[in-house]
Amino acid sequence: MTHQDNSPEERLPEAGKPGKPPKLADPFADPGLPPHQPRRQDIDERAAKRSEHVVARLFATAVIAAFGFIASYVLIPKEKVVFIFPVGHVSAQNFALGGTLGIALLCIGVGAIHWARTLMSDVEHVSERHPIEAPPQVRQQVFADFQQGAADSAIGRRKVLRNALLGALTIVPLSAIVLFRDLGPLPEKKLFHTVWSSGKRLINMSDDRPLRPEDILVGSLTFAQPEGVHESDADFQVVMAKAALMIVRLIPTEIKDKQSADWGHQGILAYSKICTHVGCPISLYEQQTHHVLCPCHQSTFDLADGGRVIFGPAGHPLPQLRIAVDSQGYLAAQGDFDKPVGPGFWERSA
Amino acid sequence: MLSTSGLSVEKLSARRRHPLAALVALLIALAASGGLYAAFAPTQRAQANPAQSLAIDQGRKLYEVGCSTCHGPSGQGSHLGPSLVGVGAAAVDFQVGTGRMPAQQPGAQVPKKKPVYSQPQIDQLAAYVASLGPGPGIPNPSQYAPGDVAAGGQLFRTNCAQCHNFAGAGGALSQGKFAPELRGVTPKHIYEAMLTGPQNMPSFPDTTMPEAQKRDLIAFVTHTTNPATNPSYGGLSLGSLGPVPEGLFGWIFGLGVLIAASIWIAARTAKARK
Amino acid sequence: MSTHSSAEGASADRNRQPNPGERIADWADGRLGIYSLAKSNLRKIFPDHWSFMLGEICLYTFVIIILTGVYLTLFFTPSMNEVVYHGTYTPLNNIRMSEAYKTTLDISFDVRAGLLMRQVHHWAAIVFVAAMFVHMMRVLFTGAFRKPREVNWLFGFLLLFLGQFDGFMGYSLPDDLLSGTGIRFLEGAVLSVPIVGSYLTMFAYGGQFPGTVIIPRLFTVHILLIPGIMAGLVVAHLILVFYHKHTQFAGPGRTEKNVIGMPLMPVYMAKAGGFFFVVFGALALISAIAQVNPIWAYGPYRSDQVTTDAQPDWYMGFSEGLIRIMPGWEIHFLGHTLELGVFIPLVVFILVLVAIAVYPFVESWVTADKREHHLLDRPRNAPVRTALATAWLALYLILLLGGGNDLVATHFQLSINAITWIVRIGFFVLPVIVFVATKRICLGLQRRDRDKVLHGRETGVIKRLPHGEFIEVHERLPQERIYELTAHDQLQPLELPPAEDRTGIPRKVPFSEKLRAKLSSVYFGEHSQVPKPTAEELEESTSQHH
Repeated sequence: MTHQDNSPEERLPEAGKPGKPPKLADPFADPGLPPHQPRRQDIDERAAKRSEHVVARLFATAVIAAFGFIASYVLIPKEKVVFIFPVGHVSAQNFALGGTLGIALLCIGVGAIHWARTLMSDVEHVSERHPIEAPPQVRQQVFADFQQGAADSAIGRRKVLRNALLGALTIVPLSAIVLFRDLGPLPEKKLFHTVWSSGKRLINMSDDRPLRPEDILVGSLTFAQPEGVHESDADFQVVMAKAALMIVRLIPTEIKDKQSADWGHQGILAYSKICTHVGCPISLYEQQTHHVLCPCHQSTFDLADGGRVIFGPAGHPLPQLRIAVDSQGYLAAQGDFDKPVGPGFWERSA
Repeated sequence: MLSTSGLSVEKLSARRRHPLAALVALLIALAASGGLYAAFAPTQRAQANPAQSLAIDQGRKLYEVGCSTCHGPSGQGSHLGPSLVGVGAAAVDFQVGTGRMPAQQPGAQVPKKKPVYSQPQIDQLAAYVASLGPGPGIPNPSQYAPGDVAAGGQLFRTNCAQCHNFAGAGGALSQGKFAPELRGVTPKHIYEAMLTGPQNMPSFPDTTMPEAQKRDLIAFVTHTTNPATNPSYGGLSLGSLGPVPEGLFGWIFGLGVLIAASIWIAARTAKARK
Repeated sequence: MSTHSSAEGASADRNRQPNPGERIADWADGRLGIYSLAKSNLRKIFPDHWSFMLGEICLYTFVIIILTGVYLTLFFTPSMNEVVYHGTYTPLNNIRMSEAYKTTLDISFDVRAGLLMRQVHHWAAIVFVAAMFVHMMRVLFTGAFRKPREVNWLFGFLLLFLGQFDGFMGYSLPDDLLSGTGIRFLEGAVLSVPIVGSYLTMFAYGGQFPGTVIIPRLFTVHILLIPGIMAGLVVAHLILVFYHKHTQFAGPGRTEKNVIGMPLMPVYMAKAGGFFFVVFGALALISAIAQVNPIWAYGPYRSDQVTTDAQPDWYMGFSEGLIRIMPGWEIHFLGHTLELGVFIPLVVFILVLVAIAVYPFVESWVTADKREHHLLDRPRNAPVRTALATAWLALYLILLLGGGNDLVATHFQLSINAITWIVRIGFFVLPVIVFVATKRICLGLQRRDRDKVLHGRETGVIKRLPHGEFIEVHERLPQERIYELTAHDQLQPLELPPAEDRTGIPRKVPFSEKLRAKLSSVYFGEHSQVPKPTAEELEESTSQHH
């Protein structure tokens, strides 16, 4: 346990003054590794004993905590909620299991480190470095071996062979590329259409009933899905990822864009709920400014001005669905969106 | 509507496709609108009531002192505040009852604060403003009695979470405006906010968000924002603000603690002398 | 050869009745050659410095992530099949959700300790990437990436890069409202790629978003492909650390030619082994105290729903910031759309990371320094490198801020638009300001070091000279300190060869050489370093003071 006990390490304190001995003239010379100083525990056996007790107690605590963990696992009902100050109302089991596991592991770790810090030898050892680069003769030997190998293979001489091999190794892996073709279908025109079509009614997502114009008040916000779409449908998520609608009503004189007003019904405008930036369902509607904000990246659109982008990273306006009132007085689409909804992509024109 | 809320979603959607579903829906709608009429009727009928006219008189006095500077001497509005004609008693009860009105200063948004008026005074103000033009009345307790939490959660994520956050912790809007947090908001005020659309919040009138759905939403909001009914099972909720506070916490208390441990591990043990 | 000799030694020992432990070791050595491995490594020397433990935090969190992750796979079903929930968490009863989400709810509410394991996994991931980031900054600021460690720098960089993406994929697996929003963002980002964007998304999602295959596919990549590559890189990284031997700071006895510290066995086994338990224990405690990713509160993903505070985990925050501050540029031509509002941030995101990955090679080219470096630089002694690194850090941090602009807006009552503009301007301006300021601070510190060496330490003792003047007595620094402050070497700017060669013919200097000479003077010119004191200067100042 003492510090200077004869370590088997070959290169010991002598190497404390490494390399060349400092020139006396050099005032910036390396003074060399200072002599080792003992710790309290190295010279005072009582201090060492104290450290030993601390470490032993830590390990014992780890054992107790581990039993605590098992007991918590077995005894605490998983649905029990307790109030722990200042954490709040939490799952009793999560708190107990995490607490006991944490204490057990910390005690082992702290114990081992305390042991190393106070009771294991803290004599600093010196290890010489050796250059990573090989000496010149090794380098030459390797090159010679390599050339011999290359010559033996005749790869340099028989060029046809070499080129044929390279060709084979280039072409054969190409066959792996086709393996990925069936990951998915080709895009075709899928991104250009939604399920909206002429005559499809706008169904209120809150109560699943078709919307009438008189239901929608100025300043209100309503979300709609196409008629015939149900949450239990297998393709519901895919359909709604493009077809979700946001319906607002403006005072007709407030609508700045003529086409937008014409595509609505008495100030009722149906916009795509899918942001044209990266497709988040945009719907932070400020009814006084008629702006709608995307919660993901803050693209802001003016619903009074044809869904024009007024802030943020979106590149094109929110598409508007052309709506009218059908013979039974319900709001219905007049066709699909005239432009692809959602984010831009290469094949999209303007 | 109440009876259907107990059905599973599957059953419900299966029934929606039933040939008679439209008829049933129509009957339900008729029944619901009848109920709505009944709910609104008292406030409108009450205008003939002498006690109500007294309230209107009292309300006008309060209005002239506290509100007329911005909203104009007879509620027609000015450049400082909007017209109150037709906003209804519900809007007054919400705006004054949550302390937003009277506003302290103009700004991007008027925040909530401790209410200035007592509830009887608010009722008088509401009666006066309601007398300026027909508008939504103050809901009665049966209208905002909590409904189904799970159904409310689905409605909340469709209609509300985009602004108010998944746990009702609130969120940012453009130009300094914000959607306030919903903790501690009373069911009545939630109902009124949906009905009237205060400030930049859009309204969710009974025609598009019927009373039963509003009650589901209220059930979800009161359930979610109360730590006793909605514990943060895993420990500190960190404000229920998503991954940003989690990242901060991980850096400070995760990596921070471990770096402190590294410093301890690498530090020299105290030497005997000196 | 050592195997042979050690085997002989072992047979000689055998006469002395080897104990069972020795016999097992002999058995293993006869088949695995462990003695020659142990000979060079059992007493391998590691220097002590707190910043050398950062890599260990990374290693241990990685191990913890794998342990907890394997546990989670026992209960998680990576499927987008829809089910109607009827379970322990009643606020979601009768709600339609994917099996991925349902099984994550089950892990959280029905598997005992499942929530704890989920939380340890997630907290460990957050700390893992943070620790890799700080570890990389430590290596960058101290110049530990220099020859011979450039390859290990690249391994480390790849680990950070892959760690970020694996974290993002893990965030996407439970199919809650936030993770689905992340997958949706990914779709938009891939769609923006010119020419092939729509093909790539159709292939990735097996059709239109969200489809039914993306979560199972991400699952395979998240739990098998990326962790497998990372495990290989971790091993290679560690082998190189052992092979190169650890770097150290200059100090008395500590030179380029040695490494001074304590041996692996027993001190570092105890310290590093103990630290593993400390890291695991701390993460378990954090997971008992603080909730992370409460997927039940977000609700299941629906493609028409969203919640505000839709952010990725912190390590993707800077890319989120890039996306948020980008103006909505879109180019239309010949019936095509170039979605720059998404594509530029995507490219800049890669560039920000590549900039840091290639830095060691840039610096090595500028310095034309072919020597090995095992002594670490104090950051002040490499002012341009330190300033560049700090500028990069400033860029990273302001983008991180931009990624949380909505929370900054609500918590500091600011306008989200104003914050976005501040970040937009800051993106260009802040790194420049930070570069200039950091370089000046470094030079100031160098000057202070120089003064300390020349004039010694202020003792606080005031003396009155015979003629009445008061002076503070300075004390010459101890030799150890003088060595520490002057051990770094100062490179001189490269010089171009004379414009004409010996025969008077104008020499053609390639542009790259001119550029290198220019950059070299930026790095090591007189405005970029304070000359170390010379022996004469020290002599002179010492004689003046005494």
